[in-house]
Amino acid sequence: MHTKSVAQLVKGLRERQFSSVDVTRAYLDRIDALDSQYNSFITVDDAAALTAAKAADERLANGTANALTGIPIAHKDIFCTDGMRTSCGSRMLDNFVPPYDATVIQRFKSAGAVLLGKTNMDEFAMGSSNESSFYGPARNPWSTDLVPGGSSGGSAAAVAGLLAPAATGTDTGGSIRQPAAFCGITGLKPTYGRVSRLGIVAFASSLDQAGPMARTAEDCALLLNTMAAHDPLDSTSSAVAAEDYTATLDDDLQGLRIGVPTEYFGEGLDTATGKCIDQALKELESQGAALVEMSLPHSALAIPTYYIIAPAEASTNLARFDGVRYGYRCENPTDLRDLYSRTRQEGFGEEVKRRILVGTYALSAGYYDAYYNKAQQIRRLIKQDFMHCFEQVDVIAGPTTPGPAFALGAKSNDPISMYLEDVYTLAVNLAGLPGMSLPAGFVEGKPVGLQLIGQHFGEARLLNVAHRFQRATDWHLHTPNSAKGGAL
Amino acid sequence: MQWETVIGLEVHLQLATQSKIFSGSATTFGAAPNTQASAVDLAMPGMLPVLNKKAVHYAVKFGLGIGAQISTRSVFDRKNYFYPDLPKGYQISQFEAPIVGKGSFEILMDDGSSRTIGITRAHLEEDAGKSLHEDFNNQTGIDLNRAGTPLLEIVSEPDIRSAAEAVAYLKALHSLVTYLGISDGNMAEGSMRCDVNISLRPIGSAALGTRTEIKNVNSFRFVEKAIHHEFQRQAEILEDGGKITQETRLYDADRDETRSMRSKEVANDYRYFPEPDLLPVVIDNTYIESIRQSLPELPAGKRSRFTSQYGLGLYDADVLSSSQPLADYFEVVAGVCGDAKIAANWVQGELLGQLNRAGGTLAKCPVSAAALGHLISRILDNTVSGKMAKQVFEAMWAGEGDADEIIKARGFLQVSDTGAIDAIVDDVLSANAAQVQQYLDADDAKRKKLVGFFVGQVMKLSKGKANPQVVNELLAKKLA
Repeated sequence: MHTKSVAQLVKGLRERQFSSVDVTRAYLDRIDALDSQYNSFITVDDAAALTAAKAADERLANGTANALTGIPIAHKDIFCTDGMRTSCGSRMLDNFVPPYDATVIQRFKSAGAVLLGKTNMDEFAMGSSNESSFYGPARNPWSTDLVPGGSSGGSAAAVAGLLAPAATGTDTGGSIRQPAAFCGITGLKPTYGRVSRLGIVAFASSLDQAGPMARTAEDCALLLNTMAAHDPLDSTSSAVAAEDYTATLDDDLQGLRIGVPTEYFGEGLDTATGKCIDQALKELESQGAALVEMSLPHSALAIPTYYIIAPAEASTNLARFDGVRYGYRCENPTDLRDLYSRTRQEGFGEEVKRRILVGTYALSAGYYDAYYNKAQQIRRLIKQDFMHCFEQVDVIAGPTTPGPAFALGAKSNDPISMYLEDVYTLAVNLAGLPGMSLPAGFVEGKPVGLQLIGQHFGEARLLNVAHRFQRATDWHLHTPNSAKGGAL
Repeated sequence: MQWETVIGLEVHLQLATQSKIFSGSATTFGAAPNTQASAVDLAMPGMLPVLNKKAVHYAVKFGLGIGAQISTRSVFDRKNYFYPDLPKGYQISQFEAPIVGKGSFEILMDDGSSRTIGITRAHLEEDAGKSLHEDFNNQTGIDLNRAGTPLLEIVSEPDIRSAAEAVAYLKALHSLVTYLGISDGNMAEGSMRCDVNISLRPIGSAALGTRTEIKNVNSFRFVEKAIHHEFQRQAEILEDGGKITQETRLYDADRDETRSMRSKEVANDYRYFPEPDLLPVVIDNTYIESIRQSLPELPAGKRSRFTSQYGLGLYDADVLSSSQPLADYFEVVAGVCGDAKIAANWVQGELLGQLNRAGGTLAKCPVSAAALGHLISRILDNTVSGKMAKQVFEAMWAGEGDADEIIKARGFLQVSDTGAIDAIVDDVLSANAAQVQQYLDADDAKRKKLVGFFVGQVMKLSKGKANPQVVNELLAKKLA
């Protein structure tokens, strides 16, 4: 059962081959048996999940079922869940139980999906290895010595380890795509504004976007159908109508123009990874797509630009964690200043504090123009690069990351080398574009991710290309050995 | 040295919206602590602001009311600082691109002179909560009911030159915003809060001196006192050869003094930057025009119409146009009785006098404008004397009925019948033969006085009912 895709589970539930309780219990048992290897979940509430599964079975029985009714889904612990702890991977929110659901969670609930549990993540989504989690790092099912990527590392590990058929993540600079690539699964970061941010603990408001993580593009489309909608309570949510993202999955790729940016294949790209990507592009070419070499001249500026804008926004988004109303509070504060400084000193981890400091500095009087304003100008240039390319091509393709997953601890003391992990993904967030990662081969047993970048609101096209690729390849069907044991 | 005071005012005006500027919570004053604070107001994780359109509407209305430029694109910014009653750790405000640009309006001084005060800008922002320092055993309580209440911060140019002008400015502003219906203007409940920027310079000097900002001055009277106090303080320092420190000071009404609130070493860097959770506010000219069409006649326009249409003096016109309900009341009285000047006197004299004594508002006034107009018309048609009419008015106030009923019931009908008055006049003249002789011997000035005496006696004997005009005529005839 656990090897089935979401689409297959939907079919099985409809045909009464099994019940939602069967499916949910199967995954809960696997989590119980296998997650000590991965540390991919922070919170699992078996009873609540089974209650939801029972309710889903009733809907399936009485004909009121929706697309995802009865499907267990894991959610990154950044989505607020009514009555269930939402830690954001931080000591600061270790005791925080929201009295509300994020819009995304609400939409999954009304679609009848079962909330399987909350997945591990880098603290406040800041990191590319999951090592900054207060709950310890999640591990990569392909080798538990490897990082699963971050910040949605728990979601990626849970899907790759077959502990959940699908999961949600958020992506501020690559946090869906990079762990998807490292763990050999499929992940989509939608266009900025496509999915509501309400109830998602904010990291960088102008960059954050939630999206689906699953084994196949088809499953991502199914999840996106539920996630994508205008939310009047999120002012940055787009009024552009959402589509049925499954409708065009099978369209052929004849005449598709794929842009291949030279900047994504230069120095810094691991040779073996590059070969996998070349192979993947050839596959797409063989299905009728045309590869167009092109340039994104400001690519090199994406990292410094991102590391001004994201920390600047984060530094103020995280100001609310002050020990006054909820969350961690230091013991016996002597006065207000002591309350603030010790609460934040003790409640936040190193990487979060580093980014708050960087962001505060970038916004300070006298530095604002040199850093924040300049970064915003470059952000516009980066977006223009993409817009120029999309005058000639339909999608852009390249590697998701410079190389495959690295060993736990390999980069944890070197923030700059960690930041370089996101060199191919950050620009997509800065431009607000949709981006995907899908499995495209292995290097020494470690998965490689192919990144596809689409035009604004071009999710359906991306999913179509990815699905056609997955119809012709089986990289996404490989299962890590560590996941082969356990129940069922 | 002679000093000139240079004052600029920042007024935080609470907008009269039903709900908060970025959340759906109610804004009612005086609710139990934290009962009007939603997850957004509490800055719970993941919560997002949604702009209240009514707040934008009101801001535009204000801008049009002062003839200001309205920005078709304005931007919200985050103003970052830590304070327990500021839940997000930042206030959403407008910094670089406020919704209302430069404008101005005219203030009228008691001596009839007028001045134009420039408005630099007005921008939308959210209010903070309240810290409660009492009743918590040396701890601090936080009430977030007020957090997120929409404010329009109205910044004046440093065009104000005295405490009296500052008060006149605030009164005019109060009048304008209540006319526009964008605020209840209730200063006691904090709907209009004022920060005073004040500096001194030698008279004749063009350069501005170093200013201090006095925070939290929340009544017209305190504004006046705070400015007087701060003027004295700065003048003493300057005359001793000292320098003014640019700082924020707090006005303490109990001690009638200002004292330093923030020292220099903790000078705030608010790290303003555009609020990424909100889109820029984009409005078009159609929207602005539709609001312009809906604007009521504003105090200044009404004042000048009152002088031209009714022939009122500037002072009367100013008082009567200071609030919309009062102006409306006056116009009804004038319309019913047909004499605007007498109507103006009655409204300002008897009516406002009674209202002040009773501490009431015009909305709850027991004498309707039509009823007062009718009473005045009874003076004009000589049914009742002006003096008697005052008693009638008091009886109307007490709910004894309308003017005609009271005049009849109390026997206040004025006697204009020449025969009846003639007899009384004769009685008075024969009873006061000595005064009559004095009159005949006196010059014009003295005669006037004596006529007054005779009229008084006649009125007394007639119990106030004799028509004074008729009495005067008869006296003139008989004493000739």
